[in-house]
Amino acid sequence: MIKLHHFHGGIHPPDYKSQSTQSAIAQAPLFSEIVIPFHQHAGETAKPIVQVGDHVLKGQMIGMPDGFISSAVHASTSGTIAAIGLRPVAHPSGLPNLCATLIPDGKEQWCQLEPVDYRNHSQAELQQLLRMAGVVGLGGATFPSDIKLRIGKQQVNTLILNAAECEPYITCDDMLMRERADEIVQGAEMLRIMVDAEQVLIAIEDNKPEAIAAMQVAVTMSGVSFEVVPIPSIYPGGSAKQLILILTGLEVPSGKLPTDVGVQSFNVATTYSVYRAFAHGEPLLSRIVTVSGNVLHAKNYEALIGTPMNELVALSETLPDSNGYIMGGPMMGLPLPDIHVPVVKATNCVIATSDKLFPPPPPALPCIRCTRCVEVCPAELQPQDLYWFAKSRELGKAQSFSLFDCIECGACSYVCPSHIPLVQYYRFAKSEIHAREKEKKAADLARERHEFRQLRIEREKQEKAEKLAAKAKAAQSLKPAKTDNEVITKSEV
Amino acid sequence: MLSALLVMAAVTIVLGAILGFAAIKFRVEGNPLVEKIDAILPQTQCGQCSYPGCKPYATAIAAGEADINRCPPGGEEGIHKLADLLGVDFKPFGGDTAAPKDKAVAFIDESNCIGCTLCIQACPVDAIAGAAKQMHTIIASECTGCELCVAPCPVDCISMILIEEKITNWKWKYPTFALSPVQ
Repeated sequence: MIKLHHFHGGIHPPDYKSQSTQSAIAQAPLFSEIVIPFHQHAGETAKPIVQVGDHVLKGQMIGMPDGFISSAVHASTSGTIAAIGLRPVAHPSGLPNLCATLIPDGKEQWCQLEPVDYRNHSQAELQQLLRMAGVVGLGGATFPSDIKLRIGKQQVNTLILNAAECEPYITCDDMLMRERADEIVQGAEMLRIMVDAEQVLIAIEDNKPEAIAAMQVAVTMSGVSFEVVPIPSIYPGGSAKQLILILTGLEVPSGKLPTDVGVQSFNVATTYSVYRAFAHGEPLLSRIVTVSGNVLHAKNYEALIGTPMNELVALSETLPDSNGYIMGGPMMGLPLPDIHVPVVKATNCVIATSDKLFPPPPPALPCIRCTRCVEVCPAELQPQDLYWFAKSRELGKAQSFSLFDCIECGACSYVCPSHIPLVQYYRFAKSEIHAREKEKKAADLARERHEFRQLRIEREKQEKAEKLAAKAKAAQSLKPAKTDNEVITKSEV
Repeated sequence: MLSALLVMAAVTIVLGAILGFAAIKFRVEGNPLVEKIDAILPQTQCGQCSYPGCKPYATAIAAGEADINRCPPGGEEGIHKLADLLGVDFKPFGGDTAAPKDKAVAFIDESNCIGCTLCIQACPVDAIAGAAKQMHTIIASECTGCELCVAPCPVDCISMILIEEKITNWKWKYPTFALSPVQ
């Protein structure tokens, strides 16, 4: 048994998990329209490689990774591409993004799948396979998994399977572990070989005893020496840096990656899709989604990527007093401006909200600098100072107070007695800083291009003057010798 | 007495030599203030300040010849930054300076372009591709939105298109709260 450590702060919100774990994972039916966004991962949008009217097979790639940090997008069922264009997607802005609309033919006809034996391929080949299989982090951040496996010369000692699932309501990883523990363990072995780790820790919060038991059985049965580690239930224990601290006592320094301290972590659902990608040759076409909150039958569904979220939620029968939906958990999730959006790789949970479940926050009062936010901040920041600087738009100061180490977990807003939406201020400040950096880059480029242009004009002028001078000189030297040539040289000049 | 004089003289010569060397070695080319001001200016090179580019305007500000409120693309924020840098008071836009506009990029209606190259010659950042009697086009990613190409076009085929808010350039907004009347 390994010794557990503690991270600073954290909170204990009520978990509301039992509602959605009463029944097994249900298969969501095939709906009449599937909308597949080309941007479902961190990084660059995938490039469409199909055309309107094309017939596609289940598992066929429709979006090619474009850029270093990018991932492929696939048709989640067989059918016809009816449109490629802007459609509403799950994004805080409510703005539309590029999507393929797929009308399923109902035949679920698979394309040719090629399972691979991960032991017979090089690291680079396996990474490329994951990239082309569209495997991204399913914990919510959707970072392409192949990039996380590119560790270069660094030594990874510990591989962590993140199954903490610390946010209230969400139970998709819990149910996945209860029902498909064997596949997860096999996926973990594949990842362990890819990062060449000595130790594998499967971290599960102790509020999921069934999942812990299922994983322990799977580990024992498969004969691997992984360790299932029950960790105390504390939010945000599932955040990568905090989880690494709990399990290893190592702190990932600001601006560094977990691999810098010899650790890499993957979410369990991601591990499961790695297993599907190698053992069955299946790209990432579906995921488990928890539908909970103000619904009659809270449940987990295995839904195809692109399933209309409104139809999925309707399966659980939303109660009449619902007033909105959150994608993700109540702490970090995104209130959906519109429920008529597709399920994407990041959709771990959809919560129907009501005034009873989520009473509207009272109006924000001034900060009284009580520092309760400091007490709970898992990143050991000074949230009240960050708030002060973000509010007064002193972005440079906010940055110097380590704004970018904020993981936006919302623990500070949760405990704030003045009900200040602190995270909103941090998000504003972060995106403003990013936008300014982008503007600065554009301005520097414009300056460079302008200076080069002036240099070029100057050079052209000089060259012209030199040419003229040379010709004038030639004309001068010819003049006394032959008068007939004079007319010609003049016209030439 | 003599040794003291000699020591003092030697020290003076050595220090003088160091200072002289430093003056040559660490000589600052140009006015560093101009560079600092130029770094704040948005580099649109639009000439709305009545100077032929951002650098000349920066030079004029550094020399005390120009006001700090003559750069519309920099916005009020730009004026604030200049005021902070130069230790002067903020001065709002006014007088003959145009009001700030939303950021836009030029667009050539290619079916009407006659390939006269006048816009290419006007573009301060070489953001227009094309050749004589060939269709021209704007390289949108390089365009600073200075509008200098609009006026020279003899067939009026260049228009300015506002940069729309898309997911790729969307920013989290400053938190605002609706006020509700007291019951």
